[in-house]
Amino acid sequence: MLDVCGLRSLEDLYAHLPAETKLDRPLALPRGKSEYEILDYFKCRAAENASDYASFLGAGIYAHYRPVLCDVVASRGEFLTSYTPYQAEIAQGTLTTIFEFQTMVCQLTGMEVANASMYCGSTAVPEAALMAMRITGRERVLVARSVHPEYREVLDTSARNGRWHAATFGYDETSGRIDVAGLESMLNAGTACVIVQSPNFFGVVEQIKEAAELAHKHGALLVMVFTEAVSLGLLEPPREADIVAGELQSFAITPSYGGPFAGILATREKFIRQIPGRLVGLTKDAAGNRAFCLTLSTREQHIRREKATSNICTNQALIALMATVFMSVYGKAGLRELAGQNLAKAHYLAGGSEQKFDAPFFNEFTVECRGRSPEAVNAALLEKKVIGGLPLGRFYPELSNCMLLCATEMSRRADMDLVREALQA
Amino acid sequence: MIRKSRSHITQNEPLLFEMSSPGKKGYQLPELDVPEVDPAAALGAASVRAEIEGFPEVSEVETLRHFTRLSTWNYGIDLGLFPLGSCTMKYNPRINEVVARIDGLAWAHPYQPESLSQGAMEIIAELEASLVEILGMDAVTLQPAAGAHGEYTGIMLIRAYLESLGNPRRVVLVPDSAHGTNPATAVIAGYEVRNITSNEQGMVDLGALENSLDDTVAALMVTNPNTLGVFDENIAKVCALMHSKGAQVYMDGANMNALVGLSRPGDFGIDVLHANLHKTFSTPHGGGGPGAGAVGVRSHLEPFLPHPRLRKNAAGAWTWDYDRPRSIGRVKAFYGNFGVLVRALAYILAHGSAGLRNATLDALLNANYIRKLLEPHYQIAYPAPSMHECVFSDSRQAAKGVRTGDIAKRLIDYGFHPYTVSFPLIVHGAMMIEPTETEPKQELDLFCDALISIAQEIETDPQLVLTAPHLTRTSRVDEVAAARKPVVRWQRP
Repeated sequence: MLDVCGLRSLEDLYAHLPAETKLDRPLALPRGKSEYEILDYFKCRAAENASDYASFLGAGIYAHYRPVLCDVVASRGEFLTSYTPYQAEIAQGTLTTIFEFQTMVCQLTGMEVANASMYCGSTAVPEAALMAMRITGRERVLVARSVHPEYREVLDTSARNGRWHAATFGYDETSGRIDVAGLESMLNAGTACVIVQSPNFFGVVEQIKEAAELAHKHGALLVMVFTEAVSLGLLEPPREADIVAGELQSFAITPSYGGPFAGILATREKFIRQIPGRLVGLTKDAAGNRAFCLTLSTREQHIRREKATSNICTNQALIALMATVFMSVYGKAGLRELAGQNLAKAHYLAGGSEQKFDAPFFNEFTVECRGRSPEAVNAALLEKKVIGGLPLGRFYPELSNCMLLCATEMSRRADMDLVREALQA
Repeated sequence: MIRKSRSHITQNEPLLFEMSSPGKKGYQLPELDVPEVDPAAALGAASVRAEIEGFPEVSEVETLRHFTRLSTWNYGIDLGLFPLGSCTMKYNPRINEVVARIDGLAWAHPYQPESLSQGAMEIIAELEASLVEILGMDAVTLQPAAGAHGEYTGIMLIRAYLESLGNPRRVVLVPDSAHGTNPATAVIAGYEVRNITSNEQGMVDLGALENSLDDTVAALMVTNPNTLGVFDENIAKVCALMHSKGAQVYMDGANMNALVGLSRPGDFGIDVLHANLHKTFSTPHGGGGPGAGAVGVRSHLEPFLPHPRLRKNAAGAWTWDYDRPRSIGRVKAFYGNFGVLVRALAYILAHGSAGLRNATLDALLNANYIRKLLEPHYQIAYPAPSMHECVFSDSRQAAKGVRTGDIAKRLIDYGFHPYTVSFPLIVHGAMMIEPTETEPKQELDLFCDALISIAQEIETDPQLVLTAPHLTRTSRVDEVAAARKPVVRWQRP
């Protein structure tokens, strides 16, 4: 090959680089390792993490069972090693699954259009805000304090840099739901959207219809956020919302120390040209057969450059595929039954403990610790190989005596009994 | 002659919704070991939905067959060369998939105690340190979820830094050869975009740059090697010029596969860059994600990196440091796409110092080999030496009415995924080819034979190429019709 290229050595391939740009030493990295050594390295690291602990952490990342088909399908090289499906004729597999994904996201959320996925729930939120600003021509965003605190931080980062405003409004101390009066006092003709999460960060189910009516009264859009997709198996979909931004980690994605996950962005038909990211649409091939392709790409950066709706390029196709297989395995009856089990387990776990808020919850709830701090409760549980709830003081100083606990279909009754005892001790 | 492929039977397959019928299911939940709870009583009747209208009802075997059949309609690296320029579609080692699924890593919750997360934190620290060395930067953040997300982070870092000096400035310069994400990023990060033209070698035109440069300019976003696969020989001068005017240089690291072990952006003056772990470091593209966009910075930008940052505590254990008052804030919840980071570190460990450099040299050799074999048949866009990819123009074929997009479609019949079509925009009818280091010579030869054969077909039977592909189960797809009246979800007829 060197002969064909008219070169004598591999070094000749970059001989033209200016001397000051060339690295004149080997990289200071170890020698290459064998497959066995690599496996061993990661097994050792994994052993330094928690193993064989029961966990009651949720707070945006949920431990749900993953049907084996999810990995079987996602491990097929034709899906795993393919690219963004620009070449529709040899990407119908990916395109068809994305079309099914978009459809199922619409069915779940009550929306009419869903894109091919976002990086994650947290980054979908500022994209939803930007979308609302494009639609309304306004530049102020109101976000509930009961939206995931890390999602709000991501929103703040975007707002600060994009020169727009994101202000928070509070929650009702009794119910844990949004403070409606507080929201109303902040809404005005400059508000592009109101962002509400349900179930919210405290686990409380919000009244989306009420929030939407309020937002609409002031000409603003309602953005509904969710972090626990399984809840949509049982909860009324947010039909009154204008944009839904959520996280699908619950659908067959391992917690994986925080990623990769898949976010969703869904909206109404009339806003289709303002949605960011990839969209797959129905069409025909030259022989008249049904086919799918990426569509409305004139919204996107590779065509529109600085006038694009977003700079997003990647979606999370493989993660979205796993979620699609998950939705197919559970299906209409299964997702509801799964959600029902989550509801039952969480209510069993909550039994006997002091609830901070009195509004309904799904599979997560906020407990007020009496007598000792949440950290002390957790320390006692850790000795029994149980990871307790998330102490809330870190994000909400006024809730420093509270913790957020989560149960899923994977929570064992015996472990839940340990938590119940610890909370009553 | 078509040597790599021939047609075979594929299965037709309806959509999940079309094969559903009431009562079919593919799951079995465990028996509930706690009392059942009535949803209407617990949540309020108004909050409980009716059934999910239209949701699938299929059996387990139908689910498996459905997705398996669909998979056979796809092309992937596992089936052959995937020569998308600037996308670096290289082999995805399967050991990386295995290690990312180890329970203690896959099931680690980001809020579990730090004392029970030391292994995950060590992996992140190890990857950060490896990338610091490979990129020649002073610090790396692994929080961004993708390349474009890394760009966004990088431009915000520049803004924060300039703001700390008193003036964030207004304008970001973007060469006309740049990826579309660059200008789109600059805008969402609150900057105006000023395009600058490339010189006759496809490199940044120093004169044009100097003319565009005033005290409103915050940064230049440069790709090196650029999207022509050409190493910008003036890059050190470009950086020095920018710095002399108080501006910063952002490098799009999409083409790092040309540099690893040979040249380090930090050494030639780059202030901040992103590296696509799903390109250079072999994590699977998965049909369009997930990715990860590591961002490297020089020390003056380090205080502004997204929080939290890893540091060692007094006892020598890893801890997340949230006390970063100058940080731009978070760009993503939690700590980044950890599962992707695990795979990227596995790749670096497998290669080691010498292996990484050899991979780069092989990538350069493969691209130059293709260039040499194809140059007699296609017009090379710029005469400058190629690094890891080469860009041709369809100018000779266009004379016969056949364009780059048509040639790409015909390439499918020959058993290959097309190259990158019509990009970069500064080349009329661009054909951008990046083979990567993991392709054997036999596959490269087949690929070049295919393109040479297509060039001959264009001479003798252009219609054959204009109507391609002919051997796929799906013939040419009508993208215009899809956009005219978009249908983006299935509805019951």
